[in-house]
Amino acid sequence: MARTLINVPATAKRGEVVEIKALISHPMETGFRTGSDGALIPRDIIHRFACTYNGEEVFSADLFPAITANPFITFTTVAEESGEIALSWTDDQGNTQTETAKITVGQDPVE
Amino acid sequence: MTVRRSSLAAAVILLAGTALASDTDRRSGFDFMGPQTQAMQADDTANPGMLSVLDGEDLWNTPAGAANRSCADCHGDAATSMRGVATRYPSYDEKAKAPITLDQRILQCRADRQEAPPLAWESPDLLALSAYVAHQSRGLPVETGADPQLTPFIDQGRELFTQRQGQLDFSCADCHDANWGKRLGGAVIPQAHPTGYPIYRLEWQAMGSLQRRLRNCMAGVRAEPYGFGSPEHTELELFLMTRARGLPLETPGVRP
Repeated sequence: MARTLINVPATAKRGEVVEIKALISHPMETGFRTGSDGALIPRDIIHRFACTYNGEEVFSADLFPAITANPFITFTTVAEESGEIALSWTDDQGNTQTETAKITVGQDPVE
Repeated sequence: MTVRRSSLAAAVILLAGTALASDTDRRSGFDFMGPQTQAMQADDTANPGMLSVLDGEDLWNTPAGAANRSCADCHGDAATSMRGVATRYPSYDEKAKAPITLDQRILQCRADRQEAPPLAWESPDLLALSAYVAHQSRGLPVETGADPQLTPFIDQGRELFTQRQGQLDFSCADCHDANWGKRLGGAVIPQAHPTGYPIYRLEWQAMGSLQRRLRNCMAGVRAEPYGFGSPEHTELELFLMTRARGLPLETPGVRP
C-alpha cells in the first residue's frame, strides 16, 4: 500500500464547496527512461483516479506520463449530506488502492 | 553634486549587497521560493516530504537487526526525546574525535545498538529516519557549533566554503555570500542556510540529503564532488549549520 495523505474537511455546511486533497506516494515511472543497463524501465504510473461521494462519482481523472512522482491531486465538490468520500486509483501494475474519509454535513445551509 | 552623492549611495548599497549576509538579513531558502512552492511546504497535507516523515515514523517503531530493537525501545516517543536534537547537528562524537552528521549518528546507532546492516547513503529509509528525527525540531532555532571542540572543524569547513575549485574556479562563497538574491539562469541564488534538510526537491522528485545537494553544486562548478559520508561533507555541513545559527529548522523543506 502506497503511503498517502488525504485531506477532507471533517465537517461542512450543507451546500458548501469543500476542497479535497490527495497526495499519493508513487514513482510515476514514465517508461521513457533507461536504467544503468541501458534497457527501458517499464512504465508504471497511476493512470486512473476517481472520487465517489456516497457511491456517486464526483470527480475522475486520467493521468499521463508527464505527471510528477508523488502526485498531488486537489479538487472541489459540494457537500450535500454526511457520508463517505472514497478516493481510488489504479496504476500500470494493476494495483488499485482505495482510501476513505468521513464528512459530516450540518443541517444549516450555507449562507 | 546631487548626482555624485546618489552614485556614492548606490555604490554603498552595492557593497552592502555583496557583503556577507549580516545577522539581521539572513534568510532561509524558503524566502527565495515562489508563493506556490512556499504554500506546498507550509501545508503538511501538500508537502511531499511528509510522506517520508511518516515512513520514518514507521521505521522508528519497527524492531531491526540482531538486537531486534527499535529506535523507540531506547529513545521512546520521538516527539519528546528527539525534540531539539537535530538543531545541534553535526555534533562532536567522542569516539570518532570528530563531528558527525545526523545521518551518521543514525547509522552508528543502527550498527552499535540494533546490530543491523547499514542503510545505504541516500536510501529512502535513511532519509525517512533522518527526516522524522529532524521534523521533531521543526520551528526550533539552529544551535549547531556551540561545542568548543568543534571550532577547528568549523574553521576547516569555512576553508572549504571559501576555497575556489572546479573548472569554473568558483568557491561556494562566490555565489552564496557575494551574489545571493541574484539569478543563476532561472533560479535565485539563496544564502545557503541548510535549514530544511532532508528536503523534498521538486527537480529530484524525491527526498535528498544536504550532501546530495552539495554534490549537485560541486558538479555545477565542474569540481569533483566529495563522497557521501566524507569528512569534507561533514565539515562543510558543520560550517553551514553554524552559519545558519538562530534560523528555525524547517524539515521537511520543499525546494525547487
